[in-house]
Amino acid sequence: MLSFENITASIHTWLYASFPHAALLLESLIVGLCVISLFAVLGLVLVLMERKVSAYMQIRLGPNRVGPGGSLQTVADTLKLAMKEGLTPDGADKFLFNLAPFMVIVVAMLVLAPVAFAKGTQIWDLNIGVLYISAVSSLSVIGILMAGWASNNKYSLLGAMRSGAQIVSYELSAGLSVISIVVLTGSLRISDIVASQQDGWWLFKGHIPAIISFVIFIIAVTAETNRAPFDLAEAESELTAGFHTEYSGMRFALFFLAEYVNIFIVCAIAATLYMGGWMPLHIGPWTGFNHLMDYIPSSLWFMGKTFFLIFVIMWFRWTFPRLRIDQLLDLEWKYLLPISLFNLLLMTLIAIKGWHF
Amino acid sequence: MIEEIGTTELGELVVNLGPQHPSTHGVLHLVITLSGETIKKVEPHLGYIHRSIEKMCESLSYRQFIYVTSRMDYLSSHINNHGCALCVEKGLQIEVPARAGVIRVLMDELTRLASHQLWWGAMAMDVGALTPFFHAFREREAINDIMEETCGARLTMNYMAPGGVAFDLHPDFQRKVKEFLAFFRTKIDEYDELLTGNVIFRGRMEGVGYLSREDAISYGCTGPTARASGVSCDIRKIAPYEVYDQLAFDEVRESGGDCFARYIVRMKEMRQSLSIIDQLIDNIPEGEFLAKTKAVLKLPKGEFYSKVETARGEFGVFIISEGGTTPYRIKFRSPGFSNLSALDRMARGHKLGDLVAIMGTLDLVIPDIDR
Repeated sequence: MLSFENITASIHTWLYASFPHAALLLESLIVGLCVISLFAVLGLVLVLMERKVSAYMQIRLGPNRVGPGGSLQTVADTLKLAMKEGLTPDGADKFLFNLAPFMVIVVAMLVLAPVAFAKGTQIWDLNIGVLYISAVSSLSVIGILMAGWASNNKYSLLGAMRSGAQIVSYELSAGLSVISIVVLTGSLRISDIVASQQDGWWLFKGHIPAIISFVIFIIAVTAETNRAPFDLAEAESELTAGFHTEYSGMRFALFFLAEYVNIFIVCAIAATLYMGGWMPLHIGPWTGFNHLMDYIPSSLWFMGKTFFLIFVIMWFRWTFPRLRIDQLLDLEWKYLLPISLFNLLLMTLIAIKGWHF
Repeated sequence: MIEEIGTTELGELVVNLGPQHPSTHGVLHLVITLSGETIKKVEPHLGYIHRSIEKMCESLSYRQFIYVTSRMDYLSSHINNHGCALCVEKGLQIEVPARAGVIRVLMDELTRLASHQLWWGAMAMDVGALTPFFHAFREREAINDIMEETCGARLTMNYMAPGGVAFDLHPDFQRKVKEFLAFFRTKIDEYDELLTGNVIFRGRMEGVGYLSREDAISYGCTGPTARASGVSCDIRKIAPYEVYDQLAFDEVRESGGDCFARYIVRMKEMRQSLSIIDQLIDNIPEGEFLAKTKAVLKLPKGEFYSKVETARGEFGVFIISEGGTTPYRIKFRSPGFSNLSALDRMARGHKLGDLVAIMGTLDLVIPDIDR
């Protein structure tokens, strides 16, 4: 069968047979190129998707001139941004100012490593996959703080400070939600987590605590990616554009791209943890139904789930007003954190007693 | 500016909000002193769009100067014109035909609706909800189309003339307005569904930007801003002009004094305007739409004052005449200026995000403040 697993395996064997000495290097090169091109494609697709989703929610048509149905609009936009001058404001810390967008984008690229895109298609299936994702994704706040500080702009500084407080706070809830699934599976390895959902997704198998932790995870990652209603770091009506006010040209595009790839990553993780990743929808003993579902390729399952969650997050953005900074922190420290702690306790109880399906 | 920076204490940050900023809706310049995110002081700096309209009016005839006032509060330009026309008519003691009076009120209320719709969208955008803006514009577009058909213009209609209105209604006017009423009645419920009950929105609005009744009076606030603090100041009720004294409508008042009260007042006012239009649309009297006046208007020597209720509050026109063809001196009392003066009082102690919400509910139109 023509699946990703077979393709990657055949490339692997061919490389090691033809160039036994340079095979590892070549493989790394191919993987790197794949990640970069995936980045570009994701950015183009997600930006277009956001514009179309927002347009239909706002009784507009959205981009519909460049390419069929406006599909090449983001390509044109990227070209425009690439040709624009990248200004550095007076009095900015030039080194940090230029470093910040790369910091943010490199972090987004690193987090992609353990994500399982389809059956057997994973860049690095390390045994602490979930921990790795939590650890690396929290580095992006450094890039944002750097951008805000180095811009020599008060709006940027305020935005970066907001972002710092926000990401550090919401990481706790996101982490606790992830742990509640780890408690169920007993493994931090992404492939194990996916395999454990062979006969049903954790969202359905884990009783109410799983649903609660799923909801909290979605809220927390929306906040972590600085998306509305938690987009305080770039609240355009308050801080013009927050931490990237002073960025222009390609460096602005990198921030923009990183935001969308981050959305993809967090949705992919949510899909992996709660909705079975690339695993088709299996319902316990219904073998006929399960076989039927197996005919749909695993990559399609993964992308379908991820894009559904991305749509939900976009839906938030275009319907909710923005929270205020103190309300945002109240929500995390007074509500989400206690709830997720209690929820983790419940989940542990369920896991120990084996009450889950 | 240098002095202000000099007076800040350690840990305070002076931020210039505007004159180019997405949420000031124009060229308002606010110098804000922040301590962290908490506002210590707000100081509005005006003058970026000062066009010296009062001085310009001194060299224009009594027919002409009315239309300059459209450029002040451009969202309720028709009501501004109305105030000026009333003042000229007072001076010349012109009797406005019954038909013209009704047409004026109809247009006033349509303008008020359009203005409140735009406020609703822009205010929602200030607190971070971007979609309501487009929904509000869809409904506002219907009003603009009606205006365009009747007056030939969509924003600055220039429909008023001393003695009545410049031309008669379009034959389709009644049908179009009735269609709009039916359409908008369903949409205003959607407005409530989308925003009024939203938890985040309530959190952003309730208890924010409190203005007490005493403060509202002493700052000279008028319109929905003052009525949300419990002040009775609707000119349509306390000093009725045209046919307002024959209509059944309520002066909307709230006692909260916070942003949410101001929001609710405007939402209820939209429903009141709908009911006013409903009462009048089938009862437009036949007859003249413009009283016979002399070709050249000359106000007798003296001082004349008239006031109307615009979408933002009390708009007053004060004319001093020396008996010539142009006014000796004109003074406009614009609602936005007084309402803005209370901003510092409302915003102190709140967060930066609240300042934007407060400005949104004040419904500021900068050319109205600066003139």
